[in-house]
Amino acid sequence: MFEIIDKQRLAAGVFRYVVQAPEIAKKAKAGQFVILRLNEHGERFPITIADWDSGQGTLTLFVQAIGKTSIEMSLLHGGDSILDLVGPLGLATEIENFGTVALVGGGFGIAAIHPIARELTQAGNKTISIMGSRNRDLLLMQDEMKKVSSEVRVATDDGSLGTEGLVTDVLNDMIDKGEIIDRVIAIGPLVMMKAVSELTRPLKIQTRVSLNPIMVDGTGMCGACRVTVGSEMKFACVDGPEFDGHRVDFDGLINRLKTYRPEEKKSLDQFSQVVDDECRLGNL
Amino acid sequence: MSASKGKKIPRQPVPEQSAKARSKSFDEVSYGYTPTMAMLEATRCLQCKKPKCVMGCPVHVAIPEFIKLVAAGEFIAAARKIKETNSLPAVTGRVCPQEDQCEKYCVLGLKNEPVAIGQLERFAADYERREGKIEIPELAPSTGKKIAIIGAGPAGLTAAGDLAKLGHEVVIFEALHKAGGVLFYGIPQFRLPKEIVDAELEYLKLMGVEIKVNYVIGKIKSLDELMTDEGFDAVFVSTGSGLPYFLGIPGENLNGVYSANEFLTRVNLMHAWEFPVFDTPLHAHKTIAVIGGGNTALDAARTALRLPSTEKVMIVYRRSPDEMSARDEEIKHGKEEGLEFRYLENPVRILGADGWVTGVECQKMKLGEPDSSGRKKPIPIEGSEFELEADAVVIALGSGTNPLIAQNTEDLKTDSRGRIKLSDADIQKTSKKGVFAGGDIVTGAATVISAMGAGKKAALGIHDYVMSQ
Repeated sequence: MFEIIDKQRLAAGVFRYVVQAPEIAKKAKAGQFVILRLNEHGERFPITIADWDSGQGTLTLFVQAIGKTSIEMSLLHGGDSILDLVGPLGLATEIENFGTVALVGGGFGIAAIHPIARELTQAGNKTISIMGSRNRDLLLMQDEMKKVSSEVRVATDDGSLGTEGLVTDVLNDMIDKGEIIDRVIAIGPLVMMKAVSELTRPLKIQTRVSLNPIMVDGTGMCGACRVTVGSEMKFACVDGPEFDGHRVDFDGLINRLKTYRPEEKKSLDQFSQVVDDECRLGNL
Repeated sequence: MSASKGKKIPRQPVPEQSAKARSKSFDEVSYGYTPTMAMLEATRCLQCKKPKCVMGCPVHVAIPEFIKLVAAGEFIAAARKIKETNSLPAVTGRVCPQEDQCEKYCVLGLKNEPVAIGQLERFAADYERREGKIEIPELAPSTGKKIAIIGAGPAGLTAAGDLAKLGHEVVIFEALHKAGGVLFYGIPQFRLPKEIVDAELEYLKLMGVEIKVNYVIGKIKSLDELMTDEGFDAVFVSTGSGLPYFLGIPGENLNGVYSANEFLTRVNLMHAWEFPVFDTPLHAHKTIAVIGGGNTALDAARTALRLPSTEKVMIVYRRSPDEMSARDEEIKHGKEEGLEFRYLENPVRILGADGWVTGVECQKMKLGEPDSSGRKKPIPIEGSEFELEADAVVIALGSGTNPLIAQNTEDLKTDSRGRIKLSDADIQKTSKKGVFAGGDIVTGAATVISAMGAGKKAALGIHDYVMSQ
């Protein structure tokens, strides 16, 4: 069992958890993930390691309550426990001094970008973090990102903070102005990562994206997380989750993520009913 | 019992659930022998002075001896006799390919049917468990040595049991949330009920073996850290087979295409057949094509058949029935349950619409000369392409190796396919000091019993190694 030490609500449906997991915290690196299972009936649920404290023996995980498991997790509080937690999984982000790195974080992807920005800044890079969300209330970790980046630029869909528009608009603007970018790391919705990769492809700027395909075991056994990179089949759990954005078949992955949509809805509907009932009974 | 009398009794059939009842049920197909049946079957054994059956067994179970005890009605003594060399008899009695091992060499089999050794083994083990008579064997005094075992599948569990008996402190590190390896995630409930695997795990725990789940060695700790920081005197790597092979044809990323590993893991480990009570889903399919001819293909196909939405399951195999590596018993059971077997057909493209599988384009094959596997090579017949309708495809072509240990252990030698190389195969020793390996991570995908055989050899090798340090 892995105890939740702290839980904070950051925005509507977005929570930050600090979980006791000393052995994982000791080994975690930027870009890696864990798989958790909340209870005996639970699914294996991959989450990026957003931060870790090897001294305290804790991991920081962000959860966006949108599906059954994430909503169920959002009902857990400090003092509660998670049944299974395994990691650190996946390959760590390549950290060296590349020069100037643009870190593009869309929505929830900002949580994954955060430790990468910190490591790259520490490695001597000029890090320009481009953060985007629908509106200012949904923009995660603004202060934290400022601390770990050389510079932060913001885009919101409604213009309530920073540039009105998308993160790709900000990146495009930088490129138009002739700013030198040696490397781009983009983490966020697939459509965003695809758009960033398309933008940088003609300029041949090395672009890394972090993929989130369906996973089951997450340890190199089941083959569910296969993605096409170049002409090769790769497995995000052991070969990734980061890949060369210019070589990823995003459309294939976008399609595969739809596989369980009806089942996800069924699971969520049933769970919502349970939650409603519990609320009516005053148990929640 | 005289030999002549033994020959006159026919091999006792095993009671089974009817094909109709079981085709939608995950309950075990075979009920196993009753005590009367087992005793009768046991009397068929000729009690050969030089038993060839034992030579056919990778772990050299004392077959005539235990069968003699069964014939005498001493079932618990029989179970303990088996356990002297085989720590998982309830498992091997069910999943071993006896027809290619012990039973293949049974002298009775020359003219009649061999003794049902596997069924008797299963009977004795089940009897002991059901009677609540499981007792741990006598353990050697503590040696003060600590052994780490990586992976709680057949090889690791066997090595753990043998090492604990020898007086060592044993800790098994398992990557998944549940120990058992392929016995849990791979082999379906209807062939190997999970309560049997649980009982075997409990048995190891009673012997003092510690099982730590959710530990991906290679990631959370390296082999060197286990031996230096954690004080382990030796490590046994039994991480099993790894990523599944795919066909390498167009359409494999369509929705509705699964590896057999994923398909079986969803159902067996994650209980997808009980969705939404369990969270892990499996999409409801009607017509499922399973590609391959091995035991995993049969397990996947028979599992697919049992899912509520399934109407039809086909096994598509590029060679003929003679080359199929699946056990005869599985094929027979599959046929009875309504699997459709399609031979000499090879998929060339998975067809789809709107991102989902709609069928498989196959090519007819003919058999040529034997290939490197010794089986006749399938040759495509030009212009024979045709379409099979299916809304799901399960690919069961075997697996490669799990890369995690090798990726993170520089001085551990592997071959071109990522399998760990042994420097001394007799004791399962690797190129790295203190590190032994066995099972699928060394051989590539093989059988439960061969992995157990490797676990046994490794246990002896590890014992000699740590005691000489």
